[in-house]
Amino acid sequence: MDNSIIEIRQLRKDYHVGEVVVHALRGVDLQIKEGEFVAIMGMSGSGKSTMLNILGCLDQPTAGDYFLDGTNVNSMNRDELARLRNRKLGFVFQAYNLLPRTTALENVELPLFYNPRMKSKERLERAVLALEAVGLKERMGHMPNQLSGGQQQRVAIARSLVNDPVLILADEPTGNLDTRTSVEIMELFQSLNDKGRTIVFVTHEPDIAKFATRNVMFRDGRIQRENMVTDRLIASDVLLTLPVENIEEFEN
Amino acid sequence: MNIKNLLKIAVRALVRNKLRAILTMLGIIIGVASVIAMLAIGEGSKKNIQDEMSSMGTNLIMIMPNMQMRGGVSLGASSSMALKMSDVETLRNEAVYLSAVSPQVSASGQVIYGNQNTQTTVHGVSEEYLDIRKLEIGSGRIFSSSEVRGMSKVCILGTTVVENLFGEGADPVGVTIRIKNLPFEVIGVLEDKGESGMGQDQDDLILAPYTTVQRRLAAIDYINGIYASAVSEEKSTAAADEVTEILRRTHKLKESDEDDFRIMSQSELLETVSSITDIMTYLLGAIAGISLLVGGIGIMNIMFVSVTERTREIGLRMSIGGRSRDILRQFLVESIIMSILGGALGVVFGYLIATAAGTLMGSPVVVTTQSVILAFAVCFVIGVFFGWYPARKAANLNPIDALRYE
Repeated sequence: MDNSIIEIRQLRKDYHVGEVVVHALRGVDLQIKEGEFVAIMGMSGSGKSTMLNILGCLDQPTAGDYFLDGTNVNSMNRDELARLRNRKLGFVFQAYNLLPRTTALENVELPLFYNPRMKSKERLERAVLALEAVGLKERMGHMPNQLSGGQQQRVAIARSLVNDPVLILADEPTGNLDTRTSVEIMELFQSLNDKGRTIVFVTHEPDIAKFATRNVMFRDGRIQRENMVTDRLIASDVLLTLPVENIEEFEN
Repeated sequence: MNIKNLLKIAVRALVRNKLRAILTMLGIIIGVASVIAMLAIGEGSKKNIQDEMSSMGTNLIMIMPNMQMRGGVSLGASSSMALKMSDVETLRNEAVYLSAVSPQVSASGQVIYGNQNTQTTVHGVSEEYLDIRKLEIGSGRIFSSSEVRGMSKVCILGTTVVENLFGEGADPVGVTIRIKNLPFEVIGVLEDKGESGMGQDQDDLILAPYTTVQRRLAAIDYINGIYASAVSEEKSTAAADEVTEILRRTHKLKESDEDDFRIMSQSELLETVSSITDIMTYLLGAIAGISLLVGGIGIMNIMFVSVTERTREIGLRMSIGGRSRDILRQFLVESIIMSILGGALGVVFGYLIATAAGTLMGSPVVVTTQSVILAFAVCFVIGVFFGWYPARKAANLNPIDALRYE
């Protein structure tokens, strides 16, 4: 329990849709250790996205305890949660959520603007480093609409890395991407994980979940099954088996 | 978040959406400019009316003989012989509320110079008349009191008469013209006064000493009217009362007799004018109100829409660690920048529109400081409020709800 990043006990989440109460989560216990690469799976409506939003402090649970990196998140107010997201979490969204008409570099810099201690010089350095880590250093002056989907998602991953978070959360990061690009993104996640980064992502594709070290299966708001991945795929190997398509379609 | 970061974020957000920022500012520009232009045009015409009225002399008191009825037949006001030169003398000596008094004797007839002739009215007056009527000498001089006493055949021409006899722009001072076949020396020309508010040519006249006109042109022993100045605008009612009292006494009218003269003071006219300008003021207020309302609603809409469509951006900013207050401050700074820029441009455009309209309509426009401050302040407040309010709504959502906002 010493090195656990996430500790969840009897977490419940109810939504009120008109008169109807939807039980999105009906009591979930989950523990994620440092350095793990966890895929949360399940069908739509299983509660997996709700789970991720609560893990990311974007949404609050109705009941239950959530300890993130040793602190109880339930007792925090909005500002403390914002600070927590800024210092300890990194997000990757399915739709990338990059600011339009804003260069890749400025998009990556964005989280650091909300850290008052960050000097502008350090902000720039860290943004460049993060872009370098996702292999897009030479494209930092590009606008999102000048980048392919995979490149945009890499920028989003760089943005999630830039504040050196204890945990990266990704909501269907490959949902908008083709197979090869999806595997490339997984390769990036695997290399980040190899360097010790804890990553939790949601997917409904069993093939993509096989790149993780552990799978958590949600069904009807409960964890149906949890297992270590025995036949784990290594993305760099998989890429060799995939046909190379026109990857460089966006030259400058 | 420190100020530097805040400004940087806000300016970046504005610059990256130049079109949206410009359109938003356009709403503010139009709002401010229309209010300023409308008020300037309204203020201009209000001032126009006031100027015209005061150019007639705000202290002016006119005393005319009253209509005489004989056996039910009106003989007309000018036929009345009720006013005599002695009345002028009495008023000069006794009336304390009058600062200047001039008799007026009119004669109309043909005026000839060389082979040119024209028909006009000769006003026989004393030298105070020009002050009383606020007339200015353009060239030459006014006749002296000794010329008045000596019945000198000197005259001052209005510019229309000069034009008719000598051609436009000529200076006839020193030449001799013939009025009803009598030679008169032209000693001065009046400053151009233009048309009166009622469309009357105020320059088609000749002034001459009343003595000369009374004896030599009209051959009468009475006068047609008395023009006087009250000591001040406020005292014109008191002056009118005083004149009534003095004239009734000297005319030996009994209690039951009606006045054989009538007094028109400018203060009566001023009452009419001030009621007109009051209406103008209300009208302007209504115009300003409607312009502000329309401009304000425009600003409100565009701000509301542009901030609401950025709810997802707000969600993203919150998810990467922006606190509600960071987001709010950013939108506040953005809307302040846009409101100030838009407001300033609106003032400039409003001024230009007003000036152009003034030139086009040939009437003066007055851009008042109050209208600028009013337009700017109201649009600024509306702009900032509706930049802030939807942002506050969005920033108070759960980050995930803001992110998912459609």
